[in-house]
Amino acid sequence: MKKKTLNINIFHNTAINIARCYQCGKCSAGCPIADNMDFTSSVLLHIIQLEDENMDKQVLESEAIWMCLSCGICESRCPMEIDIPKIMDYLRHCSLKDNLQNKKAKRNIIPFHYSFLDSIKYTGRIYELGLNVRYKIKTFTFFQDLNIAFHMFIKGKLPLFPTTIKDKKQLSTIFKQIKE
Amino acid sequence: MIKIGFYPGCSLNGISSDYAQSIFALVNMFNVNLVEIEDWNCCGASAAHNINDKLAFFLPTRILVLAEKQGFKEILVPCAACYNRLNIAQNQFRTNEFLKNQGFELFQKFNNNIRLLNIIQFIELYLVDELVKRIVNPFNYSIVCYYGCLLIRPHNILKFDRLEDPQSMDNLMRKIGANPLNWPYKTECCGAGLSVSRAGIVAKLCGNIIKEATSRGAEAIIVSCPMCQSNLDMRCSYANNYLHTKTKIPVIYITQAIGLSIGMKERDLNLKKCL
Repeated sequence: MKKKTLNINIFHNTAINIARCYQCGKCSAGCPIADNMDFTSSVLLHIIQLEDENMDKQVLESEAIWMCLSCGICESRCPMEIDIPKIMDYLRHCSLKDNLQNKKAKRNIIPFHYSFLDSIKYTGRIYELGLNVRYKIKTFTFFQDLNIAFHMFIKGKLPLFPTTIKDKKQLSTIFKQIKE
Repeated sequence: MIKIGFYPGCSLNGISSDYAQSIFALVNMFNVNLVEIEDWNCCGASAAHNINDKLAFFLPTRILVLAEKQGFKEILVPCAACYNRLNIAQNQFRTNEFLKNQGFELFQKFNNNIRLLNIIQFIELYLVDELVKRIVNPFNYSIVCYYGCLLIRPHNILKFDRLEDPQSMDNLMRKIGANPLNWPYKTECCGAGLSVSRAGIVAKLCGNIIKEATSRGAEAIIVSCPMCQSNLDMRCSYANNYLHTKTKIPVIYITQAIGLSIGMKERDLNLKKCL
């Protein structure tokens, strides 16, 4: 059986029809980080429209899907009201599932997300100091932003100890549930 | 006394404790009682929806369920990221049968009819009438209001203010005597989601915002999102490196500006905590 293309998968999982995109380019024009992306959003949509297996792989391997900040300016300006942030979310999940993450994103963006989620997993809330230490260990960036951290600490913006929630059982069921 | 639920979110507990303190200092002057939701958890913010959509739904829904169980009708969510995620979860609960029917005991007897208020809606609803009568030091500055992206978008879900040129914060600022300037970066993204992992991009985004604000003659940037504040404030030195300038512009919360106008002390509002 022929493998399902991204286009079809997106339609089945998010109910978004990418064929509606007619390449006006307003999303890319408004995107705040379009010039840092390897593919801009309108180009990504076009590649997905082409339904080519190798190109689909390129999409999932791209850095752009991890660079997207989900700020939503693309969606708000799209004349066809295509929910691009939702597509980006879906592409990221696919990329993780097929283990096709972009190498550059793997170095810092993805470890940050995982450090963030780890912090929620252990304490139920974000504990900034722990989160950043874990991120630094994961990425070997021990000296980045130390001056900012120091200033924040002096101003009392960086609590030393985490606050935890009481009902940790419920939290662990949530984290178990999502693995299924 | 009006009782309203309060969901601080993680940043108001940590990096933006000054925001939380200024909100409580302000609210204590009025006839409103803010009660923190007990045992709240993190809403997942930018990380959860990037990695797993179920997680991005369950975490905020747990907060909504807790709030409903504790008998709140309305909750104030000052953090724009939390406000965004909670609203999206609420919407998904209404529309997405798949996520709703995950067989989760959490959702039993959950009606999903809590009203979520961001800080601007909250002030407009409960404080503003009283506030206007109490102004002693009009906030006589030229300012720009920076709404950020998460407070306004996605517009079809949040349904708050105008999409490209919101006015609610400007109107509030006018009421306390400030002169809000017209500028095009009101809802431009500051890049907070990549603040740690890609500092270079954030320096560029923040730099552009700061440059535009100063070139229009603004004396302060007024924000209502803890992510925007810490990002614009913390990354100011990075932004200056990017712009090759030595700009310094105060980035203060809307509650701090209002507090100053009704004669509260700088210490109570924790203005010193800005970097």
